[in-house]
Amino acid sequence: MMTFTIFGVSSVALFGQLLLGLINGAFYAMLSLGLAVIFGMLNIINFTHGAQYMMGAFVAWMLLDYLGIGYWPALVLAPVIVGITGVIIERTMLHRLYKLDHLYGLLLTFGLALTIQGLLRNQYGASGLPYAIPDELRGGTNLGFMFLPNYRGWVVVASLVVCLTTWFVIERTKLGAYLRAATENPTLVQAMGINVPRMITLTYGTGVGLAGLAGVLAAPIYSVNPNMGADLIIVVFAVVVIGGMGSILGSIVTGFGLGVVEGLTKVFYPEASATVIFVIMVIVLLTKPAGLFGRNA
Amino acid sequence: MREQTNGADGGRTPFLRVQGLNAWYGESHVLHGIDFEVHEGEVVTLLGRNGAGKTTTMKSIMGIVGRRQGSVVFKGTETIGLPSNRIARLGLAFCPEERGIFSSLNVEENLTLPPVIAPGGLSVETIFELFPNLKERLKSQGTKLSGGEQQMLAIGRILRTGARMLLLDEPTEGLAPVIVQQIGNTIRRLKQEGFTILLVEQNFRFAATVADRHYVMEDGHVVAMVRNAELDQRMDEIHEYLGV
Repeated sequence: MMTFTIFGVSSVALFGQLLLGLINGAFYAMLSLGLAVIFGMLNIINFTHGAQYMMGAFVAWMLLDYLGIGYWPALVLAPVIVGITGVIIERTMLHRLYKLDHLYGLLLTFGLALTIQGLLRNQYGASGLPYAIPDELRGGTNLGFMFLPNYRGWVVVASLVVCLTTWFVIERTKLGAYLRAATENPTLVQAMGINVPRMITLTYGTGVGLAGLAGVLAAPIYSVNPNMGADLIIVVFAVVVIGGMGSILGSIVTGFGLGVVEGLTKVFYPEASATVIFVIMVIVLLTKPAGLFGRNA
Repeated sequence: MREQTNGADGGRTPFLRVQGLNAWYGESHVLHGIDFEVHEGEVVTLLGRNGAGKTTTMKSIMGIVGRRQGSVVFKGTETIGLPSNRIARLGLAFCPEERGIFSSLNVEENLTLPPVIAPGGLSVETIFELFPNLKERLKSQGTKLSGGEQQMLAIGRILRTGARMLLLDEPTEGLAPVIVQQIGNTIRRLKQEGFTILLVEQNFRFAATVADRHYVMEDGHVVAMVRNAELDQRMDEIHEYLGV
């Protein structure tokens, strides 16, 4: 393998951390995308999102452990199952809060997150459950300048495809036009003949399903444990704030961008790697309070 | 009411019949049992001063006020218990006073947003004939249009849907005389094509050029019905109601 140094850092370490940053960025992007879609449409800050990401990983593990259903079917089934739980939460609880302050939605979803995490911790413990990489994606590829584990490459590509597809649906299709219009003026959109309450329910289910999908993708990398969402969600909220609440493109670009920034910080100044995203968030809030891609920016 | 509406059109079944309509915003009781009817192919206006309840009447017909009671029958279907999306799908289309152009959509997306609910709507080409400005600005952000163009877009988009009854809330408000004239021409053309139109207007002179009948509202009540042909004889009475 060809190795060289950049600013005194070996290329292997640099590209290794860049890849790690891209993988983290992929999860930041997928999760913040779902949060942005949900916030835009429901005006709810969905604190359950991290728990729903974790549920995706758990459902994949349960499908394999209890029913013998492997990774590829789980990649479809787990997001659908998690999405259905989202639909139930929206229909039975969240829809009562739309006319109230954001704080009520935040508190409810925060409480739900703690409940879901607690239940799974009681049942399965906190040490983590192994979930194997599918056979097709085992091993790695030598790119000449670095060794790329196949599964991690797959996660980055799959995440990019999901993010860009979601962006396309929202920004370039009739369904997306309904969503954007209903975000601005749901009363008028409903008076045009669109069933807005049903659209809201399906939007929440889809946003939550995206979190579930990210959870399945994460299961072979991080192992399955009840705290995996709680660890991630704070960073994801910072990503959403930096990108601009409700901005789809902002979530994708900022998610991947901040993952890379975090990875590079680990190479050049490791002490700051855990805080760099929050420092950026403070700077963005002071200079562009609506976020880099927010509508009022 | 000084003149009853019943039998005003030879006993035909009304396209829209509103009876005993009450509406509330929160605790505030805004409409107090209003009655009126609109027949197929008519242009009818609701006239009245600010706060008389004209816009609330429109919103009550569409089912987008806080609470409403009474009866609103459209083409034989009672709509008082229906959500607004189902009311729209019966063939009623609403153009709000604030125009309701979506800033996150371009002109083309705004124009094609309302779903087609029945055959017989105008084609996009016909809408461009009526409002040529829209064709030139298809890719512009909806709210970047001038006030007049936004009004054209707001009217144009409901003509596509196949709805045969249009509720137009103050379509001339704040517009230049030349645009008001263009909207007047459009309303007359729509009437010729068989559309039924309920129009809220403060501009009485404009209303007189397009309408068949006028209902005058005051403090949440309908207080008079005037046929357009009777305007000259009843002008003093109308001026008194409208405070002209």
